[in-house]
Amino acid sequence: MSLWSRISNAFRGERLNHEIDEELQSHIEEAIASGRDPDEARRALGSGPGATLRTREAGHSIRVTGWLESLVADTKFGWRQLGRNKITSAAAVLSLALGIGSCVGAFRLIDALLWRPLPISNASSLYVLSRKVIGLYGRPTEDEYWATSDFNLMRDAARNEADLIAISDADRTDITSSVGDNTEKAHVAYISGNMFPLFGLEPTLGRLLTPSDDRAPGAGPYAVLSWDYWNHRFGRDPHILGRSLHIGDQVFEIIGIGPRDFTGTEKGTVTDIFLPLSMSGLATLDAASWHRVFLMLKPGVDPGTALAPLREHLSAISHTFEAGCSTCFQGVPQATLNRLLNKELVFYPAAAGISDLQKDYRKGFVLLGLLAALVLLIACVNVANMMTAQAAARAQEMALRISIGAGRSRLIQLILVQSALLALFATVLGAVFAAWSAPFVLGLINPPDDPARLALSADWRVMGFGLALILVVVVLLGLLPALRASAVRPVAALKGGEDPHSSRRLMRGAIALQVAFCCLVLFLSALFVASFQRLQNRPLGFSTDRLLLLQTVTDKGQLPVVWNQTADAVCAVPGVDSVAISGWPLLGRIRINSDISINGAPPSPTPAFFLNVSPGWLSTMKIPLVAGRDFNSQDTSPGVAIVNETFVKTFFPGQDAIGRTFQHGANNPPSKIVGVTPDIPDHDLREPNRPVFYTPFAGVDSKSAPTSEDFATFAVHTSAQNPLTLANELRQLIAQRHNGLHVSNVTTQLELVRDQTIRERLIAMLAAFFAAVALLLAGIGLYAVLNYSVLKRRREIGIRMAIGSTRAGIVRIVTADVFLMIALGGCAGIALGFGAARYVASLFYQVKATDADMIALPACAILLTALIATIPAVLRALDTDPTEILRAE
Amino acid sequence: MAKTDALQGSLDLLVLKILSRRPRLHGYAIMAAIADTSGEVLRAEEGSLYPALYRMEEAGWISAEWIKKHTGRRARVYELTAAGKKQLGAEESRWQSVSLAINRVLREA
Repeated sequence: MSLWSRISNAFRGERLNHEIDEELQSHIEEAIASGRDPDEARRALGSGPGATLRTREAGHSIRVTGWLESLVADTKFGWRQLGRNKITSAAAVLSLALGIGSCVGAFRLIDALLWRPLPISNASSLYVLSRKVIGLYGRPTEDEYWATSDFNLMRDAARNEADLIAISDADRTDITSSVGDNTEKAHVAYISGNMFPLFGLEPTLGRLLTPSDDRAPGAGPYAVLSWDYWNHRFGRDPHILGRSLHIGDQVFEIIGIGPRDFTGTEKGTVTDIFLPLSMSGLATLDAASWHRVFLMLKPGVDPGTALAPLREHLSAISHTFEAGCSTCFQGVPQATLNRLLNKELVFYPAAAGISDLQKDYRKGFVLLGLLAALVLLIACVNVANMMTAQAAARAQEMALRISIGAGRSRLIQLILVQSALLALFATVLGAVFAAWSAPFVLGLINPPDDPARLALSADWRVMGFGLALILVVVVLLGLLPALRASAVRPVAALKGGEDPHSSRRLMRGAIALQVAFCCLVLFLSALFVASFQRLQNRPLGFSTDRLLLLQTVTDKGQLPVVWNQTADAVCAVPGVDSVAISGWPLLGRIRINSDISINGAPPSPTPAFFLNVSPGWLSTMKIPLVAGRDFNSQDTSPGVAIVNETFVKTFFPGQDAIGRTFQHGANNPPSKIVGVTPDIPDHDLREPNRPVFYTPFAGVDSKSAPTSEDFATFAVHTSAQNPLTLANELRQLIAQRHNGLHVSNVTTQLELVRDQTIRERLIAMLAAFFAAVALLLAGIGLYAVLNYSVLKRRREIGIRMAIGSTRAGIVRIVTADVFLMIALGGCAGIALGFGAARYVASLFYQVKATDADMIALPACAILLTALIATIPAVLRALDTDPTEILRAE
Repeated sequence: MAKTDALQGSLDLLVLKILSRRPRLHGYAIMAAIADTSGEVLRAEEGSLYPALYRMEEAGWISAEWIKKHTGRRARVYELTAAGKKQLGAEESRWQSVSLAINRVLREA
């Protein structure tokens, strides 16, 4: 009772006083009733005037927790203080909220993508295997995918120290469930049977896959659904077990539902369906590197000593496998073979999972976090400046408080409480902002039809970060003004003659700091915006206008003639201008390279990329011919080819390529070049042009028999402006032909081009947003500081004017030191920017941190903002009336 | 002044003892009881009685309650708690040993 009553009494100080008064009053009454003299009774409560009050005070202080009561009083006082300058306080809270919200939002994204451990047991002893290798064009790269046979060998070899787990990426796959007949997309991952037991996962329903489901090819036609998929696709239907799923020509039985929070090891993608590794056709192909390999140390094995020898051992086994693999490197020249076999096996900690999204967005997210932190710092400096100014305005009040005996610690408490109030309001607003912004930004990653998905839970990690952030903000905001205010010398302040320079020194430092941060944000933002613009404006060389792409697949493969007939049927639909077929779409993230040999010579070290296209594809894509002709209906592959200009430059430098022949792939007959096209970005907008050759869609084998194709893309040029309006009609038309072809994915060429710049667009957009906020805040801060300093120096300015200083001189003394600070801060910001830009240079496209315009842009923006911000203060200074000032003195 | 000095350090003991004999007394009654039972020798000053009451209340030795008096006014009455009884025992034995020691000194000297 006692502690609690004292705490609660602190919040009801007035009522407590009333109670004490009432009790004392009743005491006097009793005394009078028992015959004592009223005056004497009253006096008895203490001698002298105010004695009742003293008794009450003595009683009061016993019944409350003193420090808490003073805190409550300070909070009330701080609240009134904030209420007095409503607009300033609102601006402070808003700017802080934006900063805190951005920081928390960035933290949520970074934490969810990069740091948060997978919800499995022993996540900390999970590693992923990768191989460092020299890739195409001599670039070091990493090979993260493994053949199943290689995996099996390594798993047996590591048996004593560790378990090896194979997990494929969760690819979007066409599936048909027995509930309803429609084909739909789901993320399907193939896993080795030991994954669920080793991860210590328990089923929500049914059972999970076990090693016995994964013992032999085709032996385990069982599927486990993730909780998330079961929830959103099947509405948590408890009777789901035993139903079947069709994937390609395979049928799987649903045997269980995974645990609620486990969505696979691929951060950014939620796995819908888990299948046994051995059920994939790729598992039996030695040449197919198609899944990742994870390693989980056995309990009690020390990673410090066990990992290095394990790495050596596995590396040797994998090397032996690849060197002895007869199908892996068919027809690969010896030099390439040596390069490909010279791999270095490495382990990476994989407690937080592993995914391409992590790789692509790691630096971008860290950079956005940095920008958010800088904006928060700028906002903090602004608010600290505001509070310094307020504290300076209250110097006399502080002096009075100190001279009547207030402890300095109490004064610091007063200001810290005020900044804590600001931070608290800002945090509440910021939390709302973060709750909205993190999912919003996440939704902008990846194409809209397959968005990135992460569990963005607001748990203790986020709360802890938020709390730490509040603490930092409170200290940043309050400590300086608090120390300054408490350092007030009562005598000087009460005389009205506090050192006029002390607060300005602090504020000038703040300006330099703010400009440095702002410059850094602007500099980085300018680099990213320029990158995005240059990438987006890269000339394509083909048309994206009104082009519908129907990515079409068959389970068993179909002959070119069937594909052509289907194309003709599509072309007959009203609203379709022309139809052409290619193996896969341009900029569709698929590319296949092939070794090129000229005149029977060994293959050249430079490979070329190819695409099989039907006659008319070039004209449908509006790709012109530089020389030669398009394919016609008699052309087959191999036999003829059309090449791009880089191909000519690489393999036939300085020659006319038309009519020349080359061999692609192993043991293929030569193809004759019949046409040359300009270079176009075929795979990735960021990459320079590569040698590309086109082959006729109609392929023939060595006996001139037509070969069947499993998949191809119809490029449909529509007369309607929005090609997607025809999508459903064409999809049904193709399905109704019952020739095994069905449309797996519908998109437009424009979307594919847009998808290429998603990351750059996102980073540029957010960077521009942060830059605008930073500039605005810095402008406000500059204005406030200058305005305040002019107010403080009115006397000085008046005297200077009176003794004949020119207007230019006044402007100079008001602005000179500020612009010096801006210059200093700007230089520091750019210098910091060079350092930061080095870290993120891989995200740039055709821009360098040292480009003159990249430096000039932020410098001009800062200068312009500074000019605008100084004008009101300068005008106010020039407006000073010396006679009035001097008379007031 | 001599009267208060005599009470120094023993006010708690007196209040606890009074309350152990007669529960539910208000401040004035406690004061009157001290005066009565001591034959008007000991007097608790209001200025020290109420702070002492609050202190003992916070320590949990006594508990307080508002009651309505016949005059219509409210009065705050105090009662000994279990912890207060224990405290009273401790204070009493302490007082006994102290006064014994003082008597011994007075005899010897």
